Amino acid sequence: MTVEHAKTRVVGSAAPRKEGVNKLLGRARYVDDLTRPDLWHGATVRSAIPRGLIRAIRFGSSIDWSEFVIVTAADIPGANHIQLIFADQPCLADGRVNHCDEAILLLAHPDKHKLREAVDAVQIDYEPLPAVLSIEDSEQAKEIVWGSDNLLKSFALDKGDVDAVWSKAAHIVEGEYRTGAQEHLYIENNGVLAEYDAEDGVTVWGSLQCPFYVHRSLLAVFNLPSDKVRVIQTETGGAFGGKEDYPSTLAAHAALLAMKAGHPVKLIYDRAEDLAATTKRHPSRIRHRTALDAEGRLLAMDIDVATDGGAYSTLSSTVLSRATLHSPGPYVCPNVRIRSHAWATNTVPYGAFRGFGAPQAIFAIERHMDEIAAMLQMDPVELRRRNFLHDGDTTATEQRMREPVILDKLLDRALDESQFYAKRAQFLEENKISTVKRGIGLAAFYHGSGFTGSGERYLNSLAGIDVTTDDEVRVLVSSTEFGQGTNTILTQIAAETLNVDYSAVMMAPADTHVVPNSGPTVASRTAMVVGRLIERSGRQLVTLLQAEYGLSQDYTRAEFFAACNRLREERGEVVSLCRYEAPPNIFWDDNKYRGEAYPAFAWSIHVAQVAVDTATYSAEVEDFWAVQEVGRVLNPVLAGGQIEGGVAQGIGYALYEKVVLQNGHMANNQMTNYIMPTAQDVPPIHVFFEEVPFSHGGFGAKGIGELPHDGPAPAILNAIRNATGAACNSIPLLPEDLLTKLVTTISTEETVA
Amino acid sequence: MKVPIEFTVNGASRRAEVEPMKRLLDVLREDLALTGTKEGCGEGECGSCSVRMNGELVNSCLVPALHASGAQIETVEGLADSSTLHRLQRAFLECGGAQCGICTPGMLMAATQLLAQNPHPSLEDIREGLAGNLCRCTGFTRIFESVAAAAALEAHAR
Repeated sequence: MTVEHAKTRVVGSAAPRKEGVNKLLGRARYVDDLTRPDLWHGATVRSAIPRGLIRAIRFGSSIDWSEFVIVTAADIPGANHIQLIFADQPCLADGRVNHCDEAILLLAHPDKHKLREAVDAVQIDYEPLPAVLSIEDSEQAKEIVWGSDNLLKSFALDKGDVDAVWSKAAHIVEGEYRTGAQEHLYIENNGVLAEYDAEDGVTVWGSLQCPFYVHRSLLAVFNLPSDKVRVIQTETGGAFGGKEDYPSTLAAHAALLAMKAGHPVKLIYDRAEDLAATTKRHPSRIRHRTALDAEGRLLAMDIDVATDGGAYSTLSSTVLSRATLHSPGPYVCPNVRIRSHAWATNTVPYGAFRGFGAPQAIFAIERHMDEIAAMLQMDPVELRRRNFLHDGDTTATEQRMREPVILDKLLDRALDESQFYAKRAQFLEENKISTVKRGIGLAAFYHGSGFTGSGERYLNSLAGIDVTTDDEVRVLVSSTEFGQGTNTILTQIAAETLNVDYSAVMMAPADTHVVPNSGPTVASRTAMVVGRLIERSGRQLVTLLQAEYGLSQDYTRAEFFAACNRLREERGEVVSLCRYEAPPNIFWDDNKYRGEAYPAFAWSIHVAQVAVDTATYSAEVEDFWAVQEVGRVLNPVLAGGQIEGGVAQGIGYALYEKVVLQNGHMANNQMTNYIMPTAQDVPPIHVFFEEVPFSHGGFGAKGIGELPHDGPAPAILNAIRNATGAACNSIPLLPEDLLTKLVTTISTEETVA
Repeated sequence: MKVPIEFTVNGASRRAEVEPMKRLLDVLREDLALTGTKEGCGEGECGSCSVRMNGELVNSCLVPALHASGAQIETVEGLADSSTLHRLQRAFLECGGAQCGICTPGMLMAATQLLAQNPHPSLEDIREGLAGNLCRCTGFTRIFESVAAAAALEAHAR
């Protein structure tokens, strides 16, 4: 297919990162780089047990407590909860704790070096209660730790009738797949600086993704009107979902300390605290039962999804939703039943992490497809191809594919670029005489762009541009930059639509007093949804200037700003805002879980080449190919960087990154023993884009950021299957896990070619 | 008890009154307001706080202030001259070597050290030279390209 897209000048170019020079000079100001006169520092006293009642709080005599400000739940002027989807999570524990490292009490002091000793000198007396620490413990409900049944959320999806199929199927294949928690490991820890003023209210500066989430949560905690809470994002050193909801808690804590201390307070976590106390990716257990005909066509998929949500609901319902909607993979199947449950446990609440439930679901289905292929003695590539979604097909939610689906083309390209079949043949020969077993495997997947179902309509985002008296165009959004390229792509779009230089367009500060609410910076929605709003806002301004302010059709930069000045003289300002409009003819039924689950899907094939050393049981990814269709590529350098970074995180998810919980506390909460891939671990990553512009995305863009985290884990474990014959169905897969698996496999079955 | 220390930072002589065991990282950030050097882990694992000290790459979170007394320190703030980006900075900008930017100052110092010792590094040399610096955003690929591109620029362009 040849794809035509509009000729553009700035969009699609490798415009340099908008804030790049400041970052490279060391001048970008992250929250810990800020200071204030009379600044105090904050610290947090946390629960040492996973569940129990607080009987007493005692302050050790070694500390002069008169120097400190101490905040407890009793100091909260408004509601003691963090407002997210629900409001079940306390801002500070009040009488009971439901997970290790839950915040109980806050301290502030002018000297940050005095805080650690003070935190240690606070003794909490507990009456421990039995804790629930696994999905199985939670679903068995011997202890009820949340609601009436430990169930944070469930979904049921039915298409056709799976039970009518089993008896006539040629093959039935079952499997159970597990994924572990994963830490975001942004290199900048969570941090906030807060000020309180009786007149102006609360102001916070912080490392965060969603200024208006923090704003809304602070309104409740402080019982203040909207204009008395101000949230400003500082330069943010990585987020990946880890700064979607957690900063609401941190901001409330810092602001409570600032209010009581009468000083600005900076609350910056160190690495150990950040690892122990903040959110992680949801662990999952996913079971598949699949019926196929004799040719390997899917007849029925019965899928059971269970996630561990941790102690409070936070984002578990929406993560479960995305896991549910991605669990059938990019395949056509007439009969689908999905039952999904998010269970409460006494661990730190699990939260948003790049992919948001999809990596778990795609790991399961894409490992399962290779197991089906093995069972049917089919080529796993051919099995997938035989079942791919195509134009006009419907998904499990009966969403019809109305935009082109080019999975076959992506697959062909991936096979070709990776020399997939040649390598399979080559490794089969070489492995016979080598202790290092090589293999190559793949994964096929989609990632839904934007909020699920009716989500974007509820968000009702507003965004736009203005032009200042200094002839500077500003993009007005609450969408934040944390490395993924928001600043660059949105200013590219504005420059394109206004026909001005890229250098003439800046981002307005991500400050809730300055910018409208363009929604949270999550769900791979910025390029597609917010980008579209900026595109529309730009065109709207040009149309107005041409219709009423004498701007010619073919104008110069000077003529553009002159026309803006005429508009400003008449109206006082030059502002063009647009509100979200859903693409036409889409419907979504929240109750039946049926309809248009996402406005658009991004599609991808990942291929991994691995080497398994059967002496050390280490598995190494030697080479990696990522082929994808993400709509229009707005900036090839940034887009490539998104794919490579996501793949590297996915490799870590598969082979390196293990959160070790001991009685609900993260035992390996250091970078020395929570291991992410280094410069020496990441393989060459070959990135290829096919472009199919999406008619309702910003200059044709769909979502990109989360997609690349979805595929590496199943592609790698499928490659290990190819290399060794071992069906590893659980990640992370560390050498000790592989040892156990290979020893068992070799003793129980013939190695599969 | 605070003690006076003197050292050279980015070519300029600097003095500070600090606790002798205060981390060089904190001396730079708090006493000298050079906040370009970042803390990522505080235990020498991530390399975000990398600076050059007497021509060696160090994790400034592991160096006590007293140990830096009399030393020549180079930080990210000293890379560019007043009007021109350092060739590494230009290459990182063009190749997409910086995303969130928090590891970037340390990465630039590690790359500076590498090119000082090995002006024409192979890809394997670059991987090894940057192995002590963690980046969570890029997957390293574009950082490798940036360093290779900088090495390819003529040295007289810095």
